[in-house]
Amino acid sequence: MSGPLAAGAPKPECDVAIVGGGIMGLALAYHLALRGVTDVVVLERGYLASGASGRNGGGIRMQWSTETNIRLMRESVELCKRFAQELGVNVWLRQGGYLFLASSDGERARMEQNVALQNRFGVPTRMLLPDEARQIVPDLAPGSFVAACFNPRDGILFPWPFLYGYANQAAARGVEIHTACEVRTIEPGPRGFRLTTSKGALTAQRVVDAAGAWSPAVARLVGVSLPNRPHRHEILATQPLKPFLGPMVSVLRSGLYFSQSMRGEIVTGITVEDGLSERVNMGSRLVFLTTLAREITRVMPRLAQVRVLRQWAGPYDVTPDGNPIVGEAPGVPGFYLACGFVGHGFMMAPVVSKYLGEWLAGGAEPEFLQRWRLARFAEGDLHREDMIIG
Amino acid sequence: MAGKVIVCRCEDVTLDDLAHATSLGYAHIEEVKRYTGLGTGPCQGKECMVACALFLARTTGQPPSEGEPFTSRPPIAPVALGTLARDGGEGALPTGRGRGR
Repeated sequence: MSGPLAAGAPKPECDVAIVGGGIMGLALAYHLALRGVTDVVVLERGYLASGASGRNGGGIRMQWSTETNIRLMRESVELCKRFAQELGVNVWLRQGGYLFLASSDGERARMEQNVALQNRFGVPTRMLLPDEARQIVPDLAPGSFVAACFNPRDGILFPWPFLYGYANQAAARGVEIHTACEVRTIEPGPRGFRLTTSKGALTAQRVVDAAGAWSPAVARLVGVSLPNRPHRHEILATQPLKPFLGPMVSVLRSGLYFSQSMRGEIVTGITVEDGLSERVNMGSRLVFLTTLAREITRVMPRLAQVRVLRQWAGPYDVTPDGNPIVGEAPGVPGFYLACGFVGHGFMMAPVVSKYLGEWLAGGAEPEFLQRWRLARFAEGDLHREDMIIG
Repeated sequence: MAGKVIVCRCEDVTLDDLAHATSLGYAHIEEVKRYTGLGTGPCQGKECMVACALFLARTTGQPPSEGEPFTSRPPIAPVALGTLARDGGEGALPTGRGRGR
């Protein structure tokens, strides 16, 4: 039995070279192959799941604050529901909902606005009084929040199998996936892009930068300057417990979120200011543990007795307006960007890769990508996303 | 016989599971950890990591001395959230500096 990884050097010529074997790159490879574009090579510097795709909390939700994101994520959750059957891998999806907690009247007002918008686009989120929220999660401390909103169709999944599922199905259709394969140079030329990698050189008609937090460095290889920067986001898992927690719970004010995975662990993270840096840092800090522990035991005191098993970190790929950067890079025809997903790339990948794949396979450019063009930063045409968590 | 040999007791990962992972091309210890779940339970690899590294060395033909451990995740032993909430802990601990691959 052979797996999805290619051995040896990449083939010398291909139609599409995708830089980055995370969820975005692998999902795009799958959607291209599904539409007949099988002459595709994925080039991953580390291993599958080595970046943010293998380090995130696995939340998928429809609760967003802009029409584009609400509609896309509604579809993405639907796609995830079919994923196990479609790709033959159990992704341990559980639709326990997302319960957001508001700590002030101002936050409640923002929440009401967002819920109204979500309802308009078919997402069944509803506002709850604290007592109603405590019927869903009885262990929430009375008085620790003033209002909540709940969408029962949001959920969680286990990120790792997702990647293997896309990789298997892409490879089965002819896509070459190379790991431990670092892209060193990309040279645009009359007959396509010339790439050199740690495993050999190749020529590609089109190149997609799906390198997440590393995407600015990849874009720089063709002289494109990106405004996104890596931000360390830390997360932990506790000892496994019997199933008792239905939804993913998130406190808007602190950026705390916690859910119970299908393995029984509480998986939880929180915003800890770290600044943006030029380099990706995935080191773990004690200050994260103590900051998170104080906030989670304030909201749910009963968790005080639960033990932390392990903590780790992953890079958020942060853009100035909280929205992704997707599309052809200005001035470099054939060089496409699919990055800047600000910690939400995993949940957005199923739907974004589908539309991007349709477009790159010869379809029309999806209308929503107008809002995600790189040029918007130069033009000042920004639409800020409100629902950035963690 | 191999199918009955449990390498990771916390997560019930057998020698057969490791062989399956490497047969699919997941031969780096970080890949094996992610593909099988080995080392992600209460002991965090303290019991299984060396056995896994030896298995990989044997499979790939590399000398065991060239095998790498997977990134060690704090805390060293499980700690209750309530204990962490009581401690000050404003500073950063010099813990594993992820390899940043």
